[in-house]
Amino acid sequence: MDGRRIHGMALALAFLAVLAMGVVLAVRPWFPPVGSDHGRGVQRMLVYTLGATGLFFILGHLALAYMVGRFSLRPVKEVPRLSGRRERWLALAPALLMALLAEGGVLALGLPVWGTYYGIPPEDALTVEVTGRQFFWVVRYPGPDGRFGRTSPDLVRADNPVGLDARDPAARDDVVLLNELHVPVGRPVRILLRSLDIIHSLCLREFRVKQDAVPGMTISVWFTPRMTGTFEIACNHVCGLGHYRMRGFLYVEEPATFEQWLAEQAPWVGE
Amino acid sequence: MHEARPSFWTRYVFSQDHKVIGLQYYFTAMFMALVGGLLALLIRLQLAWPGHTWPWLERLLPGFFSGGALKPESYLALVTMHGTIMVFFVISFALISGFGNYLIPLMIGARDMAFPFLNMLSYWTAVPGVLLMLASFWVEGGPAASAWWAYPPLSAVKEAIPGSGLGQTLWLLGMAFFIASFTMGGLNFVTTVLNLRTKGMSMFRLPMTVWTMFISSILGLLAFPPLTAAAILLLFDRELGTSFFLPTGLVFGDKVLSHQGGSPLLWQHLFWFLGHPEVYILILPAIGIAFDVMAPFIRKPVFGYRVSVLALWAIGFLSMIVWGHHMYISGMNPLLGEFFAVGTLAITVPFTVVAFNMLASLWGARFRFRTPLLFVLGMISFIGTGGLGGLFLGNALSDMYLHDTYFVVGHFHYMIGWVTLFGIFAGTYYWFPKIFGRFMDETLGKVHFWLSFLGAYAVFLPMHFLGFSGMMRHIYDPTVYDFLKSLVPWNRFITFGAFLLFAAQLVFLWNFFWSLRRGRVVTEDNPWQANTLEWTAPTPPPHGNWPGPLPVVYRGPYEYGPGETDFRPQTEPVPVAK
Repeated sequence: MDGRRIHGMALALAFLAVLAMGVVLAVRPWFPPVGSDHGRGVQRMLVYTLGATGLFFILGHLALAYMVGRFSLRPVKEVPRLSGRRERWLALAPALLMALLAEGGVLALGLPVWGTYYGIPPEDALTVEVTGRQFFWVVRYPGPDGRFGRTSPDLVRADNPVGLDARDPAARDDVVLLNELHVPVGRPVRILLRSLDIIHSLCLREFRVKQDAVPGMTISVWFTPRMTGTFEIACNHVCGLGHYRMRGFLYVEEPATFEQWLAEQAPWVGE
Repeated sequence: MHEARPSFWTRYVFSQDHKVIGLQYYFTAMFMALVGGLLALLIRLQLAWPGHTWPWLERLLPGFFSGGALKPESYLALVTMHGTIMVFFVISFALISGFGNYLIPLMIGARDMAFPFLNMLSYWTAVPGVLLMLASFWVEGGPAASAWWAYPPLSAVKEAIPGSGLGQTLWLLGMAFFIASFTMGGLNFVTTVLNLRTKGMSMFRLPMTVWTMFISSILGLLAFPPLTAAAILLLFDRELGTSFFLPTGLVFGDKVLSHQGGSPLLWQHLFWFLGHPEVYILILPAIGIAFDVMAPFIRKPVFGYRVSVLALWAIGFLSMIVWGHHMYISGMNPLLGEFFAVGTLAITVPFTVVAFNMLASLWGARFRFRTPLLFVLGMISFIGTGGLGGLFLGNALSDMYLHDTYFVVGHFHYMIGWVTLFGIFAGTYYWFPKIFGRFMDETLGKVHFWLSFLGAYAVFLPMHFLGFSGMMRHIYDPTVYDFLKSLVPWNRFITFGAFLLFAAQLVFLWNFFWSLRRGRVVTEDNPWQANTLEWTAPTPPPHGNWPGPLPVVYRGPYEYGPGETDFRPQTEPVPVAK
């Protein structure tokens, strides 16, 4: 029957075209460069998963194209029926392989990096507090005393974006900036993430850092930047009509430049 | 049961016939799909040409535009309503309430659902939900704009976004009606499948469509109540000043809110406790329909029927305990994240079994390439592509990078978008002759398939890779960031694809309504030479389904292949061994 052959061939070609489209897209350089230690682990996880899923994607579409093509060109008279036992094993084998690849990836490649990222940072880490608000980021350094001053929501004003309490001596030397995060290269950076209104999400794309900022919580993540330059900070979680422009900048600098920059910043002194 | 002369009202409006109710749901879904699809086109216009002015669109939708340009808050409202409408008022309606109602009694050999009145009530409870959702487009501040997941504080605090006014309240009420309706339907489905199977229809002779509807209904009954509770608590937070989801010290402008001690994460747990099973609630019936539609067009038994049923149960069970994979970076305890990652990837085992069985069914197929089969084959490809994307997102570490990016958008549009839609289309082309007594047009059907298949790949495959580049979701203007500027051509390409995809659906609608009046008339009750019981009923089936006694079942649903004829209906007695 001719109609059958034409349809079979067209479908087989379409499945091969999908396969080709997937491969052509997947080999393009989509990812930004990796700029942090744990980021290499994240990237390894992504590339591994791309390989493992790519294998199944290719085999699956090859099988689909082959079967649709073959059985529409040369229909078989009789299909040998399998015993229930063989049928079960045939169905289970690819599933077990998939589970091995997936769970193996999670446990061997994923878990250690995940644990580090959320774990306790090294002693020498620089601690910075980042607070999300509609629609800007407030960045706070503890100042020379190394302690963050007390804050209170009641004190939040346009000129006091996190509500620092001037009565607390530790607060008076804190450095407060908007949409601007400076960190030294090569030194662990610990970010204490907060929000005062909506759930935001801090994304440092090149450093493979992404974390929701949740009102009522202070969440700690850390990373070690290995690449200097200026990078964009993006809010990743829908937070209101200005979500799309909740943009900041991350400056990763040589340690000396960073120290000098920090020393030049006027501390917040209060009224 | 058989009224002497049903009036127009009892026959078409307040009918208790499961078939009429199924069609009511189906047509409602069709209308809502047009609304949801148009919203998607507006979203795509904005993403391809941000900042462009469309004065003629402003005349159509004055509240959404300002100076000819779409407003940012309206963009979020479009995204929110597109998601809500498509998930709950299109896919759930058409696939579960529509096909489920129409097919379950016919496929198990029952005259109707166990509770016909409850069934009617279920539809008429869903209608106010639809009306509330639609009404919210005309209220001050516009419809809800806190995304389909409605995370507080965005959905709880009126100062947070214009759509968080009356629009959000109507959204919550609309959802409450939807859930009430879905629960009534689910109770009915479960009871009917358990109690009203005809003589000989043992559980392992049920067609996959019935199995999947049954499992989905159980999942829905278990998973929806927490969302109902959460929606009520959220209404309390909004209207009565309680603090279930709102912590101490929220600041808007210079104003500190008086809420104290609540947790935004609590909502996320309650929402995803439904939200994750919900995607399986939608996918499973599409897979069930795929098995049943496939068999008559490959003229052989589907591969591994029993194994597939068991695997579907495993998927259903596991889907209830993995909701946390939507919350890896939400601030939830990271240890819990790893538990959810291991659990989520465990789903790959049963899911691969089912996907493999669909694929393996094609071995030795004697193809009849009619439109319904084409949609099943397309669906198998989507299940592969979309399902594999799940491996990136189920894993906490790779999800950390891809969370809230277009990778997620691409992934779920395959799974709960196009897998389920292809299930609906396959089912529509397949059962249309039984339902309406006419065939849909084959040529238009094939045009519809090819445009949809290629369109879905053009639109949603590239989205995965935009996610690799870090393009985030819910972005009104993707040119604000330098790193997104290079993706503009891709966004335009996707938008062209989306218009193609929408045009393809217009072909379907034209075909559907044209064929209702003009389609080739069905001359036999079993035009596809299929085995399942619905084909033994008259065309179209009358109220009560079979005028005479109920059919008796002697075999499983997939006995196709060489023999005296190449199919053996479930009602054909098994010859007694000598």
